[in-house]
Amino acid sequence: MSNYAVETKDLGRIYKIRGSKKENLERSELVALENVNLNVERGELFGLLGPNGAGKTTLIKILTTLLAPTSGWARVATHDVSLAPQLVRPRINMVSGGESSGYGLLTVRENLWMFSQFYGMDSKEANERIVALLTTVGLQDRMNTKSSDLSTGLRQKMNIVRGFLTDPEVLFLDEPTLGLDVGASRDVRTLIRRWMDADKNRALLLTTHHMVEAEELCDRVAIINKGQVLACDTPANLKKKLQRDAMFEIETSPLNGLTDKKLEEQAKVRKAALTQTEGGAKLELILAEESALANVINILTQKNIKVLSLTKREPTLEDVFMDLVGQRMEDVEKSEVPNESQ
Amino acid sequence: MKANESLIFAPAEKVTGWRLFLKTILARSYPRIIGQQREKSWIFFEIFMPMLAVSAYVFVYRAIGAPEEYVGFVVVGGAMTAFWMNVLWSMSSQLYWEKEQGNLALYIMAPNSMMAVLLGMALGGLVATALRAVAIIVLGTFLFNVQFTVSSFSQLIAVFLLAMTALYGMGMMSASMFLLLSREAWHIANLAQEPVYLASGFYFPIKSFNFWIAAAASLIPLTLGLDAMRQLIFPSGAALGFLNVHVEITVLVILCFVFLVGAKFLLNYMEKLAIREGRITENRR
Repeated sequence: MSNYAVETKDLGRIYKIRGSKKENLERSELVALENVNLNVERGELFGLLGPNGAGKTTLIKILTTLLAPTSGWARVATHDVSLAPQLVRPRINMVSGGESSGYGLLTVRENLWMFSQFYGMDSKEANERIVALLTTVGLQDRMNTKSSDLSTGLRQKMNIVRGFLTDPEVLFLDEPTLGLDVGASRDVRTLIRRWMDADKNRALLLTTHHMVEAEELCDRVAIINKGQVLACDTPANLKKKLQRDAMFEIETSPLNGLTDKKLEEQAKVRKAALTQTEGGAKLELILAEESALANVINILTQKNIKVLSLTKREPTLEDVFMDLVGQRMEDVEKSEVPNESQ
Repeated sequence: MKANESLIFAPAEKVTGWRLFLKTILARSYPRIIGQQREKSWIFFEIFMPMLAVSAYVFVYRAIGAPEEYVGFVVVGGAMTAFWMNVLWSMSSQLYWEKEQGNLALYIMAPNSMMAVLLGMALGGLVATALRAVAIIVLGTFLFNVQFTVSSFSQLIAVFLLAMTALYGMGMMSASMFLLLSREAWHIANLAQEPVYLASGFYFPIKSFNFWIAAAASLIPLTLGLDAMRQLIFPSGAALGFLNVHVEITVLVILCFVFLVGAKFLLNYMEKLAIREGRITENRR
C-alpha cells in the first residue's frame, strides 16, 4: 500500500437535489466531483484552486469523512475514508474559513481545551500546547477573552490553532483566509507555511480561490473546475507551460461594443479577457506570438478605443486558469451557481 | 519564542476507548455547566418566566378553593418545566444549531463518539437546569408557603434520577432524528413545547385524564416522574396519583432502557445516513 498522505482514485460525488421530481431525473442530480485522481505526499502543502462551486469543499468533506463519495475511493493517511473513518479521524483536523465553531460564552483557552479533549489529549499537555500556540500566533493576551468578543481575524487565528493543536498528520484548510483583511490573511499564510516547515512528516491540503495564496503557499496545485481536476503540478511548472506565450495587459478607454470573442477570432490570439473598469476597460491577452499584438492594436484603433497603457508580463496562475477554462476565475464565479451547499 | 519551536511537538499522549468517551462527556458538558452561567439573563428567562405561569395556576386553584396540595403540585411542576425546556431546546434541536455553527462537523470528524457528545450535552444540561429547578422550588415555596412531607427520600431520589435519565435519553434520541433536519427543527421543537406541558400534567395531577390518555402520556418520562414525586412529597399525593409509585418506577426503568438504547442505534443510523446524503455540514456557504 502507498504511503501518500492523501490519495484518491476516480472519486466522484453526485448530489441529489432535494425536492426535485423523480420524473425529471436530469435536473434532480448535480455532479459536484467527477473522476478526481490526486496524490498528496507527506511534507507537501497541496492546494486546490478553483472558483466557488468548483467542488473543492465537497472534496474536503469527503476526505474528512463528513460526506460519502458516490463513486471511486479516497485514502487519508493510508486509510479508506468510507471503509475505516474511525482510523482516519484521529489523524486529521480541519479548519474552514469564516467558521464560527466553538461557544461564544467560553474563552479562547476553554474552547481550544474542549476540542483537544475530543481527541483524547491529556488536559495538562493540551493546556501547555494552547499557551505555546497562542503565543506563536500572538493571541496570548486574548487567552481569557470570550471567543464571541474576538474580531473575525483573531477568531480565525484561534480556529487555526485548533487545527494545529492535535498535531494532525494531515490538516485540511478550507478557504482559511475567507473574509479576512489583507493583514490578517498574510498572518494566517505565514503561520500555515511555518507549521508545514516545522515538520516534514505533516501534509496540508488547502482550498482557495485566491491565486496569490496558492502561488505563495503551495508546493503543488490542482486546478479544479466543475468538479474536474484540469491540471496538477507545481505553480512554476503550470506557469512554464504558458511561457512560450506572450502575455499582455492593456488598459483602454471604453470598449465601444468590442467583445473578447471578436479578439479571439484573430490569428495567434489564444485567449482574451475584457473587464470593464472605472472609465474604461482592462484587456488581458495570451498570444501565441508577440506579433499578434499588432492585429489587436489595429482592431482597437478601428473601434476608436484608446490604448492608455500596455504591459507585458510573466504568466500567473490566473493565466493558467484562463488558459484551461477559457474564462477568468472571477467571471466563472459570476456565471456559476454555487453547488457546494447542496 | 523562536518561530518554529512552538510548532514542533513531541507526539501527544492521546487516550482512546472508554477514557476518550469520558473525556468527551466532560468536555462537552463544560460549556453548559460553566459557560451558560456567565449569561445572567437565564435568571430572568428560566426562573422569573416559569414563575409567572406557576403563579397564575396557584391563584386559580386558590380562587376555586382547590386543596392546598395543588399549590405544591404546581410549584413542583413549574420546576420540572425547566428540564423539559432544556431537553427540547438544548438537546433535541441542539444538533441543528451545532450544524449551523460548524460544530457538528468538528464533532463527527473527531475520533470521539457522538454518543459521548450527546451524553455530555445531557449531563451539562441536567446540572445547569437543576440549578434553575431548585431556584424555582425555593422561590415558589417561599412565595406560596408550600409544605413538603417526604415519605421516602430514597424513592424520591430514585424517581428523580430515573425520570431524568429517561427524559434526557428521549432528548438524545430525538436529537439523532433532528440530525437530518434543517430550519424545520426549530418549528418542530416549538410545536412540541405546549402539548407536553398539558400531557405531562405540569400544573395538575394526570389522574384527571382518562386512564388511556394518561397511559399514553406516560411515554413522556416526565409524566410518571412528576406523578411519582408528587406522591412522595405531599401527604395527599398518593390519593391523587395515577399509578402506584413502584409501578411508576418500573415503567421509568423500562423507559430509560428503551430511550438510551434507542438513542444509540438511531444516532448510529442517522449519522451514516447524514454522511451519505451530505447533511452533516452547515448550509451557510
